[in-house]
Amino acid sequence: MREAAHIKPFLRLSGLEPLIVRPETNFINVGERTNVTGSKKFARLIRENKYEEALSVARQQVENGAQVLDVNMDDALLDGVQAMTTFINLVQSEPDIARIPIMLDSSKFQIIEAGLKCVQGKCIVNSISMKEGEAKFIEQAIICQSYGAAVIVMAFDEQGQADTRARKVEICQRAYDILTRQVGFDPQDIIFDPNIFAVATGIEEHNNYAVDFIEATREIKKRMPLSKVSGGVSNMSFSFRGNDHVREAMHSVFLYHAIRAGMDMGIVNAGQLVVYDEIEPTLRQLCEDVILNHNNDNNEATEKLINFAETVKAKGKETIRDDAWRNTSVEERLKHSLVNGITDFIEADTEEARLKYPKPLDVIEGPLMDGMNVVGDLFGSGKMFLPQVVKSARVMKKSVAVLTPFIEAEKELRRQAHLSAGTVNEEGAGAAKILLATVKGDVHDIGKNIVGVVLGCNGYDIVDLGVMVPADKILDTAIREKVDIIGLSGLITPSLDEMVHVAHEMKRRGMQLPLLIGGATTSRMHTAVKIAPQYEQGVVHVLDASRSVTVAGSLLNQELKPAFLESIKKEYAQLKEDFGSKKSVKQFLPLQEARLNKWNTDWTSFCPVEPSFTGTRLFDDIPLEEIAAYIDWQPFFIAWELHGRFPQILSDEIVGKEATRLYEDARALLGRIIEQKWLQPRGVIGFWKAVSNGEDTVLVEDGDRTFHLEFLRQQIKKAAGQPNISLADFIMPASTGKQDYIGGFSVTIHGIEEHIRRFEQGHDDYNKIILQALADRLAEAFAELLHERARKQLWGYAGSEHLTREQLISEAYQGIRPAPGYPACPDHTEKYKLFTLLGGRETTGITLTESLAMYPASSVCGWYFAHPDSKYFGVGKIDKSQVKDYAARKGMPEQEVERWLRPVLEYDA
Amino acid sequence: MDIRTALQERILIIDGAMGTMIQRYKLQEADYRGERFRQWHKDVKGNNDLLSITRPDIIVSIHEQYLEAGADIIETNTFSSTVIAQADYDMQSLAYELNLASARCARQAADRYTDQNPAKPRFVAGAIGPLNKTLSLSPDVNNPGYRAVHFDEVVDAYYEQVKGLCDGGVDVLLIETIFDTLNAKAAVFAIKKYFRDIDKPELPIMISGTITDASGRTLSGQTLEAFYVSLMHAKPLSIGLNCALGAREMRPHIEELSQIAGCYTSAYPNAGLPNAFGEYDEQPGQTAHIIEEWAANGWLNIVGGCCGTTPDHIRHIAREVSRYEPRILPVTEKELIAH
Repeated sequence: MREAAHIKPFLRLSGLEPLIVRPETNFINVGERTNVTGSKKFARLIRENKYEEALSVARQQVENGAQVLDVNMDDALLDGVQAMTTFINLVQSEPDIARIPIMLDSSKFQIIEAGLKCVQGKCIVNSISMKEGEAKFIEQAIICQSYGAAVIVMAFDEQGQADTRARKVEICQRAYDILTRQVGFDPQDIIFDPNIFAVATGIEEHNNYAVDFIEATREIKKRMPLSKVSGGVSNMSFSFRGNDHVREAMHSVFLYHAIRAGMDMGIVNAGQLVVYDEIEPTLRQLCEDVILNHNNDNNEATEKLINFAETVKAKGKETIRDDAWRNTSVEERLKHSLVNGITDFIEADTEEARLKYPKPLDVIEGPLMDGMNVVGDLFGSGKMFLPQVVKSARVMKKSVAVLTPFIEAEKELRRQAHLSAGTVNEEGAGAAKILLATVKGDVHDIGKNIVGVVLGCNGYDIVDLGVMVPADKILDTAIREKVDIIGLSGLITPSLDEMVHVAHEMKRRGMQLPLLIGGATTSRMHTAVKIAPQYEQGVVHVLDASRSVTVAGSLLNQELKPAFLESIKKEYAQLKEDFGSKKSVKQFLPLQEARLNKWNTDWTSFCPVEPSFTGTRLFDDIPLEEIAAYIDWQPFFIAWELHGRFPQILSDEIVGKEATRLYEDARALLGRIIEQKWLQPRGVIGFWKAVSNGEDTVLVEDGDRTFHLEFLRQQIKKAAGQPNISLADFIMPASTGKQDYIGGFSVTIHGIEEHIRRFEQGHDDYNKIILQALADRLAEAFAELLHERARKQLWGYAGSEHLTREQLISEAYQGIRPAPGYPACPDHTEKYKLFTLLGGRETTGITLTESLAMYPASSVCGWYFAHPDSKYFGVGKIDKSQVKDYAARKGMPEQEVERWLRPVLEYDA
Repeated sequence: MDIRTALQERILIIDGAMGTMIQRYKLQEADYRGERFRQWHKDVKGNNDLLSITRPDIIVSIHEQYLEAGADIIETNTFSSTVIAQADYDMQSLAYELNLASARCARQAADRYTDQNPAKPRFVAGAIGPLNKTLSLSPDVNNPGYRAVHFDEVVDAYYEQVKGLCDGGVDVLLIETIFDTLNAKAAVFAIKKYFRDIDKPELPIMISGTITDASGRTLSGQTLEAFYVSLMHAKPLSIGLNCALGAREMRPHIEELSQIAGCYTSAYPNAGLPNAFGEYDEQPGQTAHIIEEWAANGWLNIVGGCCGTTPDHIRHIAREVSRYEPRILPVTEKELIAH
């Protein structure tokens, strides 16, 4: 006989995915920034109808760990119903936001109802109450129930808002009885908001407000255990507005006590919560007294906190960080330095700790690991951002460097002891080891370095093999070093094949280690379809550094690992299946037909501009300062996983502070690079006579040499009137009898190695990664600068051009500079021709790896096209007919063409 | 006998496809029009729901074939009987009447079989389809905030349908083939409002969603559990899945549902996946064989067929599952007890 299953009476909410509030769920963060009353920025965006940007506020909330999204459109200047409808409908079409449940927040019920009409998931209504009497309350509750929403009930009745513990409990109990008995609400769908009021207002009656809330919460949860308690936390510290330092501390202290009393969720800015334990003790004690109303006769505690707040304020913004922490124990100081990324005292503090502890290793395993665990937790919960974590790692590394010689000396001592005693030396197993490598043929490693730092911060031992690492070396090292996980990274498309190869080799060798895949060109889909099938012991695509920690954690936990790998396998199998079933949906034109639909223009009326020279010209004396003015900063922030537009990101509410700090550090380093001439830019430009054959080949004449540049053509079936483009279309056909031109360039930044080495020796990953990212930016900026010169002077087809920096970044100029290997011309092997034309390795010192990556890594190359209608595009997928044709044109075996073009093939090769 | 009592005793069989059966009659425009709509200004061939008015003999006969095959529950021929869906034929004004007529056809057939064998009572489920317009998705890719229809319009359309079905005497209401949960929420809203307005106890609600592909999500993007959570407030008699997938593809989702659902579960898959010609060729024995395992695992309370299934499929399914006990209704705890 079967047994009946049990369904628990949990609060269940949903967006596209369920959110089930179990007892162990802990505290639920409700994202508060999509609230026009609480966020000036959001209010402005809505008022100005900038809904796209408003959506990014929502997305950031989700990314920062909000589990429910509070949306409020209560503004006298807004049509709230319309704004709510528009915004919620938009949110519903963004799967990464709509994933989480929505909290519809308004004091006007019709605005709430407008929102309810747009959400398929189970929402929370915030809020209803008995302030207008029972009848209205019941009516609204029934409506909420008809939409299937949970409700927040404010402790508010006909007499007003409840302020004392007794009134709060009494009103909540009354509401509970009505909802469960008369309306038929499930108790778990009721969330009470027993009103968080401001304390420390100077009015003595207010002093017990926080205690009233906390105690009421305790009583409510005792009487109505299935129901939940929520509240808007920032009200409480209202008296200290303008002083975030004190407010953040008050919020943390308050939540610490309220959560213990049973508070389940709250509207808070998760990005701005300080850790309870991290609050400076003086301030924390003052907050405790004010919030718990201790030692507060005649407002004594309040006065003290106000006085303290004044001193913080008086010191001004710059010196807000006070040095009281220097007077704490050495453990506390180490932790403080780690969490706050302060290197100033780390060496002295480490030395002090070393003398205090019996063994140097105890310092690492004790206070240092404790500190890094805090960092890991904060990062994991979205309360710290990547640049901060990297700074923490720098502190850690510096500290470890102080200890290492002593640890080695001890080891040696023990070894000698064992030798003389004739026993075996069994050192402890130590931390889990993760091997990281950029695969063969690829030289890009910024992302890999960041992953290494983040994992290092989380207590893993990192074996970093660097760049251009062949499969055998990776696997031999993995076995020799007994690593627990292998992580591969790559940026250029041929690296994808190399990763497939590594996976294949792992299987052939019968390895058991899980394999992580990361890097800009990798994707979950590629991993699922191409890599995972090669190796059954676990292949996981890791989106970014933040994910790497949880993935590594799951893989190294013997209990979690099987289930985790099983779920990944399932997911990938499904992705693979989807991929298989969706592939055939797109229609492709055979190459011949695509050519008939080429991009065309009236060439008779077009007069090509002759460049000021043909052949090449070297540029090795352009000052870095001039190049730096062309930097596009946005990709710099993306490298640090700070997404957003520049310069707006500097004032972003959540990451703005950290972005600004990073920007300042980067500008400072850039200043040093320029002043001390750390880096040497070298670039070359060439122009040559060129005509097309009317199809996909461009014939280039360079003195007595001729080159056939081979391009690829879009084959996807286009809407009527849309051409199937090939870059060759933008060069005048030979049949016109006229002479056209093509250009080419390559630029690189030399000299980074010695500085990287120096930072590595100084255990300063933070500046190392900034430097690498800056070198990339400088190479791009250099390419931008040369392109401008080419357009205005050297080729001179756009002599009158005058563009701002923003327009440059948004590519508002005439003509393009596509690079072999990128979407408009995805074949990397055409780089050989470009580099030969440009004079080879001697001119710029760039070498090409076997995967056609350029070394130094901070290099850019491309063709110049001048035609006013030329534009960037993606070739998209191509079929066998084009591969055959292309192979014949290039005189390259079909299989080799397929290998280089695998990412753009519409069929399996 | 109450349907809840029957559900405690055995796995109930719901009927198979209506459209597939109608196709067998190879009806022409004139058959759809009948006498009454001979002059109708628009073609109505394909408006299957209209046959309940113009050819009730055919509809009743199809119901009877399913009842004969062993169906305990038959669905009314009302998949598109709403003011919104009937707009395709300009027959918005007939929405109420279509529901009434279809409910009566089904009622008549079901009652005849119950009378013949009162020990096996037959039930009529008023079928409430998904509409051809959705509330969560924009039909305009360039304007994701746009909606072709408003929640209130959908509620009004379903309200009228519910009234027609109830007036025609259905036993339960079945919101089915849900690919946008918000449309289904509008249906639930309409049902609750209707019974509040007429001040009578609600009829039981059956809910059946559609997982559209291997992603395991509804077309509007929800996971199965999110879908269920979004509709728990209907306090449904059953939750389940139908359409889009064959039994083979539906299996993992039915397994999951049987674990999370606090109410009865239902499943009526298609007869496999369509072949290259859009036809279903999974044989009755094949479908029944897959479903038998579900019953053996204790995942099922209500089972039947959707697109491509025939009375033969239902007969085979009924025979295979008759040997198994139904899934036991889970106990929904009233307190948080640690186990």
